[in-house]
Amino acid sequence: MDVSGVWPFPLSLRSKLAAAGYSTLASLQNVSPSALARDIQVSQGEALRILKTLRGIDDAPTCSSTSSSLLSSAKTAWDLLCIEKTRKRISTSCAELDSLLGGGICLQEVTEICGAPGIGKTQFGMQLAINVQIPKEADGIGGSAVYIDTEGSFMVERALQMAQACVARLCSVDGLSFNSEDSFNVDTFLSKIYYFRICDSTEQIAIVNQLEKFLEEHKEVKLVVIDSVTFHFRHGFEDMALRTRLLSSMGQKLMRLSELFEVAVVLVNQVTTKFTGGISKLVPALGESWSHACTNRLILYWENNQRHAYMFKSPSLPSVSAPFSVTQEGICGVDYSKRPRRL
Amino acid sequence: MASRLLSGMQLDAPLFHVLHARGVLTAKDVLCKPELELMELLDLPLSLIREAIAQISLFTCPPYRSALTVMEERESELGFGHLRTHLQDIDSALLGGIPFGALTEVVGPAGFGKTQLCLMLCVITALPKEHDGLDGNVIYFDTERKFHSGRMAEMAVSRFPHFFTDGDNLKKLATSVLVYHPHSLDEFVNSLQGVEEVIIENKVKMLIVDSIAALMPSENAQEDLSRKQNVLGHQAGTLKYLAEAFRIPIVVTNQVRMTSNQRSLEDPELQLTAALGTSWAHSVNIRLILESLSGQRFIKVAKSPMSAITLHPYKVTSMGLELIGGEDYGQGGDVMRIRFDDLDANEDEDMEV
Repeated sequence: MDVSGVWPFPLSLRSKLAAAGYSTLASLQNVSPSALARDIQVSQGEALRILKTLRGIDDAPTCSSTSSSLLSSAKTAWDLLCIEKTRKRISTSCAELDSLLGGGICLQEVTEICGAPGIGKTQFGMQLAINVQIPKEADGIGGSAVYIDTEGSFMVERALQMAQACVARLCSVDGLSFNSEDSFNVDTFLSKIYYFRICDSTEQIAIVNQLEKFLEEHKEVKLVVIDSVTFHFRHGFEDMALRTRLLSSMGQKLMRLSELFEVAVVLVNQVTTKFTGGISKLVPALGESWSHACTNRLILYWENNQRHAYMFKSPSLPSVSAPFSVTQEGICGVDYSKRPRRL
Repeated sequence: MASRLLSGMQLDAPLFHVLHARGVLTAKDVLCKPELELMELLDLPLSLIREAIAQISLFTCPPYRSALTVMEERESELGFGHLRTHLQDIDSALLGGIPFGALTEVVGPAGFGKTQLCLMLCVITALPKEHDGLDGNVIYFDTERKFHSGRMAEMAVSRFPHFFTDGDNLKKLATSVLVYHPHSLDEFVNSLQGVEEVIIENKVKMLIVDSIAALMPSENAQEDLSRKQNVLGHQAGTLKYLAEAFRIPIVVTNQVRMTSNQRSLEDPELQLTAALGTSWAHSVNIRLILESLSGQRFIKVAKSPMSAITLHPYKVTSMGLELIGGEDYGQGGDVMRIRFDDLDANEDEDMEV
């Protein structure tokens, strides 16, 4: 059926279209602007205008509309910069570490923390689980935390100490008033840490699969800690290629969740000894391909009997290192004036 | 656990039959395979596979508890979920003692008192609750054949003279320790599989492995190394599971080795490191190092999720290990390295029993 007679175009254009065989809406449906411009010899801008006008008449979905859902979601670099500036971060309680991290552990990103045994990786995870709950009035996020413990190292009495210190710190800040005492105490802090104890690699895969549903039901969760992602994957896998595939699929799922639910995902990784040219050195475990699973990688190490953190990988931040301490109150900056009580 | 069968997971009957026919029987069979591989194996559309994975994940994933609930559980346990070691400074450093549900490792050179400490813990576990004990039995895997009942009894009498006044209580103590002598690694691994039954039937409140390193074949070839890491990791996983499932403390001892770099010849201080490598060091929740500095022996809390790195001087007496006053903050650092510089002192007083 020739409907070109009712199209809102000048006669010259209509005849050009007809001459090129474009006389029905259907015939124009799968034509790209550049092809149309060539066929009827108009500029590409003109061709696009024609197609857009016709799309307005015809409400039926065209093939380009499926791809345009992605294209229309584009953000300019300026938009991204503005979002970046308002991005929320979880403070680590240590000023040096926070500046190393550009203000704290970023929501919507996957951050990996690795380091030698006993360096304080678990302390880091526990501290973040407390700090994510600092209310908005105190420049915090006011969220809650999911703590996935694969190693059995989460000690509730230690979390209690950190929560007590955090409450004390917040109460000492002037100009902050909390409307009711009971909404803000140590017990609430602990009740907002959702603790999963994972006993093997299958359970670990299951919890990551399940996490989407859990986060949907608990929108207030702003932090997911997996301590550690490594333990159950360091044994029981004869097929290393399979292990790599399972791990990278897990990494992809976590990255998707972090963006979808605006949560910070913190993965604790172990280190392994690698022999290169007869020299042994400690490198993050789980191999090369796993290094792509995280956006940021923070390495913790000892130097001159002082704990340090090194920004090993980050898309936006420089690779520098910063000292930190672990005290009874939790993670904090190094106090050189008095000998800190190290943990 | 992973071996959970799919039959109880309310899967659609047709789907379940397909899975069953292809020999996919447990949660592990499904979850530890990439989606695409499953699709190929089962010849089903991806959407259906994803649904099945979601359903199986739901059933496999353990339930969550809030940290507050966990704390309330601890409060209902003896000593907030800790076994007092009766070494006061160590107890306060570990917020009450050796925690239940975790893997605690004691590492140190021969003759420093690792076995002594284990025997001491046996005595304490067997004590009735009113004496801060656990009133339970002990499983003791003695791989080095160092367990000595007489020494344990001596320790019990000199440490708790008011309780162990007559033979009855001593006999009760001696019957509460179940000693096993695994001859090989495989034997040990196999016995760990069946140990749950023993724990339940015998009211076991503590599991000791003295030592875990003795079971391991000596480290040489690279191939051996990866197999060893695999076995070790598996053991650590099993031990941690037992600790958590039965809420008992698990203590293992570990040996020391000379470091592989031969620089120690020039170095006046001998370089000793904990055996079994970094991966194992990651696996233990708590590491206590027995070491010596200028002739004085120290217990060092080297790795612990709840305490500072502290040094506590100690000596071995008839009562077992005894702390001798004072504590010092450790120099931080390496959980692998063991300081050992009292070779002379060692000749004067031999602590081996």
